[in-house]
Amino acid sequence: MTETTHDTVTSPERVDSTEYAARTPELAQPYRELGLAEDEYQRIRQILGRRPTEAELAMYSVMWSEHCSYKSSKVHLRYFGETTTEEMRAKMLAGIGENAGVIDIGDGWAVTFKVESHNHPSYVEPHQGAATGVGGIVRDIMAMGARPVAVADPLRFGPAEAADTARVLPGVVEGIGGYGNCLGLPNIGGEVVFDESYARNPLVNAMCVGVLKSDELQLAHASGTGNKIVLFGARTGLDGIGGVSVLASESFSGDETGSGRKKLPSVQVGDPFTEKVLIECCLELYRSGLVVGVQDLGGAGLSCATSELASAGDGGMWIDLDAVPLRAEGMTPAEILSSESQERMCAVVRPSDVEAFMEVCRKWDVTATVIGEVTDGENLRVDWRGERVVDVPPRTVADEGPVYQRPVRRPAEQDRLVADDPGALPRPGSAGELRETLLRMAASPNLCSREWVTSQYDHYVRGNTVLAQPSDGGVLRIDEESGRGIAVATDCNARYTRLDPYQGARLALAEAYRNVSVTGSKPVAVTNCLNFGSAEDPGVMWQFQQAVRGLADGAAELGIPVTGGNVSFYNQTGGDPILPTPVVGVLGVIDDVTRRIPTGIGAAPGEALLLLGETHDEFGGSEWSRVVHGHLGGTPPRVDLSREKLLGEILALGARDGLVSAAHDLSEGGLAQGLVEMALIGETGARVVLPEEADPFVWLFSESAGRAVVSVPRGEELRFTELCSARGLPCTKIGVVDTESRSLDIQGVGELPLTELRQAWEGTLPALFG
Amino acid sequence: MSAAGASIGVITFPGSLDDGDARRAVRRAGATPVALWHADADLHGVDAVIVPGGFSYGDYLRCGAIAKFAPVMTEVLRAAEHGMPVLGVCNGFQVLCEAGLLPGALTRNAGLHYVCRDQWLRAENTTSVWTTRYEPGAELLIPVKHGEGRYVAEESTLDELEGEGRVLFRYVEDNPNGSSRDIAGVTDARGRVAGLMPHPEHAIDPLTGPTDDGLGMFLSALDTLVPA
Repeated sequence: MTETTHDTVTSPERVDSTEYAARTPELAQPYRELGLAEDEYQRIRQILGRRPTEAELAMYSVMWSEHCSYKSSKVHLRYFGETTTEEMRAKMLAGIGENAGVIDIGDGWAVTFKVESHNHPSYVEPHQGAATGVGGIVRDIMAMGARPVAVADPLRFGPAEAADTARVLPGVVEGIGGYGNCLGLPNIGGEVVFDESYARNPLVNAMCVGVLKSDELQLAHASGTGNKIVLFGARTGLDGIGGVSVLASESFSGDETGSGRKKLPSVQVGDPFTEKVLIECCLELYRSGLVVGVQDLGGAGLSCATSELASAGDGGMWIDLDAVPLRAEGMTPAEILSSESQERMCAVVRPSDVEAFMEVCRKWDVTATVIGEVTDGENLRVDWRGERVVDVPPRTVADEGPVYQRPVRRPAEQDRLVADDPGALPRPGSAGELRETLLRMAASPNLCSREWVTSQYDHYVRGNTVLAQPSDGGVLRIDEESGRGIAVATDCNARYTRLDPYQGARLALAEAYRNVSVTGSKPVAVTNCLNFGSAEDPGVMWQFQQAVRGLADGAAELGIPVTGGNVSFYNQTGGDPILPTPVVGVLGVIDDVTRRIPTGIGAAPGEALLLLGETHDEFGGSEWSRVVHGHLGGTPPRVDLSREKLLGEILALGARDGLVSAAHDLSEGGLAQGLVEMALIGETGARVVLPEEADPFVWLFSESAGRAVVSVPRGEELRFTELCSARGLPCTKIGVVDTESRSLDIQGVGELPLTELRQAWEGTLPALFG
Repeated sequence: MSAAGASIGVITFPGSLDDGDARRAVRRAGATPVALWHADADLHGVDAVIVPGGFSYGDYLRCGAIAKFAPVMTEVLRAAEHGMPVLGVCNGFQVLCEAGLLPGALTRNAGLHYVCRDQWLRAENTTSVWTTRYEPGAELLIPVKHGEGRYVAEESTLDELEGEGRVLFRYVEDNPNGSSRDIAGVTDARGRVAGLMPHPEHAIDPLTGPTDDGLGMFLSALDTLVPA
């Protein structure tokens, strides 16, 4: 950061009030250090008709940041709305713009789900960064009036064997487990992907799923003049203040212990126990009807919560900062407003309900304080020590921030990348080579068992987890009486997106959709977490624009809405951006969870193994090309979403009628990897015979989309294959389940004892991470 | 008297997590679950008490160290003295050890990581109130999920537990946490107060757990509470 001179105003002797600001227009302010551009700063002056106070500057700078304002992505994200039809919207109770999307799943139940990134903090401080990422997304879900019921974490790291990965990954996993396990939320899915582009730019995305009765939806707005603003949960401290610290005067004393301002880490520190209690407290407040509107405090803390509540409401708001319970002495108004201390919520409460509200908080030992009220004016006004430090139109802070049309340009090198076809790479030919390739692939970091990670997460708590990792999708029971449940999956193969961001995003959607389908659930909604490099790189913006279009067009083709999402730019170190990584989450519904389809084979002897879909020679971006040749080039597999939809329908019918005893989606690593996992998870062997005309290498390792392997009970084989042919879904018998056998026997490859496969598949991560 | 006549209390501390699961298990076994609040010095006339898993009060000091002072625990200690059956699962086991109802202590897993997995156990004592439904030596598959589940005690205490047949369950195959002598659960001298790290309440239905092998613990208690 370059040093510039500026004046610091707020000190024990003087408050930078609106009145003082009006009198001192010439005062130099550190807007650049706060991340505001010159024209952005001038616009703030224009809006206010004077220079902003320090507190106002802090608010605008953080709310107009990329993270909060979506200023570079907004023009592209509109495309989601434009491609969502009324029909797709029919089941949506809340969508983009709310804290999280909400979908009606029937029987009076609604589900809300969202993914958020906590990438950079998790690189700086893996444990706390990842932990507070979980905490933040859980509060987003609570702010919708829902009980959080599950989490899942899509994670991406640098090379598995890199020294820095050994620092980041264990910390991230421990942070997620330490926080999530303590909240009592089962972790039912997620991803772990390694690629060198994520070295120094790990992606730590966190998903949370919540459940509510469809008439219990809470929206974040402050209405009703005279209603009280209540801040509850943890006290507000100096953690997570980040950039705003430049506003603090060096002479300004006081810190968490008493004297001399200590620089606290800019990554927030989480306390899961406080959050757990806050969840129960919130739910009791909702049940008791004591809340008019509610907002979580996440990024940008009180600045965000108050301006968003006021902006979405029908009046103004007045806040008394002296009432905010602090855990540090001598915090400035800017710091109080910007603090990202965790485990806090803000509610709008009718005056007559305040006492009852406080009673519930006392029961849970949660600190709650009235810090202001809804006013009949239009502005958000904040007072501190008897002086007005903020007086702004809330919409200008929360909703009407800058919008940029950043330059978009397809990178010149893209053609070279696409032209570098993997067709020229040497392929294994003999049975011995195929066998060796299969074992090497199964043990590779991106295909091996995730047990080392997922065994650190509680997936049993709450007693409703029907499927969890290593299944393709997590399945939860929602209603114990009816057996109604939901499924969730997140996916993104960023190598595909790198080769073709439009098709890559559609492939990510297709895979998440398929992963929900193979559980026997019907996909109903989409969310996303779009992780990209710098928004100021036209090539990155091209990737972003293409991915958004691919995802939106794909969702429209599948007829399911994108209910929300999150954008994370600037995931790059120096000139090298990460692989474009639009993580796609799909939510599904299953009428009766007892009908869910597991992943492992072995329910009964002699079951048929059927390959659904078509296999083509498609190796662009494949895991084989990476593991064996360190190659990335060509075009990704073709994607036919109508085929994905048909596959989903057949699987749902198969689940309902008991025609399918196991199913596994085929994606990275292809059929070989799919069979290995079905056998190992089911602890059962199988005999596999590929069609005579098949090229074994292509059939075993191609990553063609739209495919799944199913096992079908003997007596149902004819019925199932007739169902497929009647609906036009290609279905090839490739073998039988052998409950007597302890090996996977693939004709033309050889016999692979399960013990040998297990050693390969399960040995890799423990060997790397201990 | 029918089984439904028996009521089993399940304590909820602010950080309890598996209290709902424990109540579900009680219901599935055929008894009436009663929610007991930590700050409430009242057992509401229940016939037995379960201290469930979780992080009671956050457990920043030592697992279960604060929970033993809860008003409801004073009542539990009093009732246990008079022979009321008490079961502590995971954090509940830690609480019962801290409270002195069971010997030994639970420390950080030998592998240092929190571990959640399906675990094979062998039933050793099948005469305690909580284990009569199991055959001696029976092998059960029940989830474990904890970061501090390594059972430790003085050698003499361990010898005494073994000698008196008070080891309820032992880990088989792979000890998940480094517990002394593979001990997964123990009982008091009268066989009425029991504690274990594995979670029987997560193994009551193969739909949501690996097996229904855990249900036997709740059925066992009911056999005592409601003699046929």
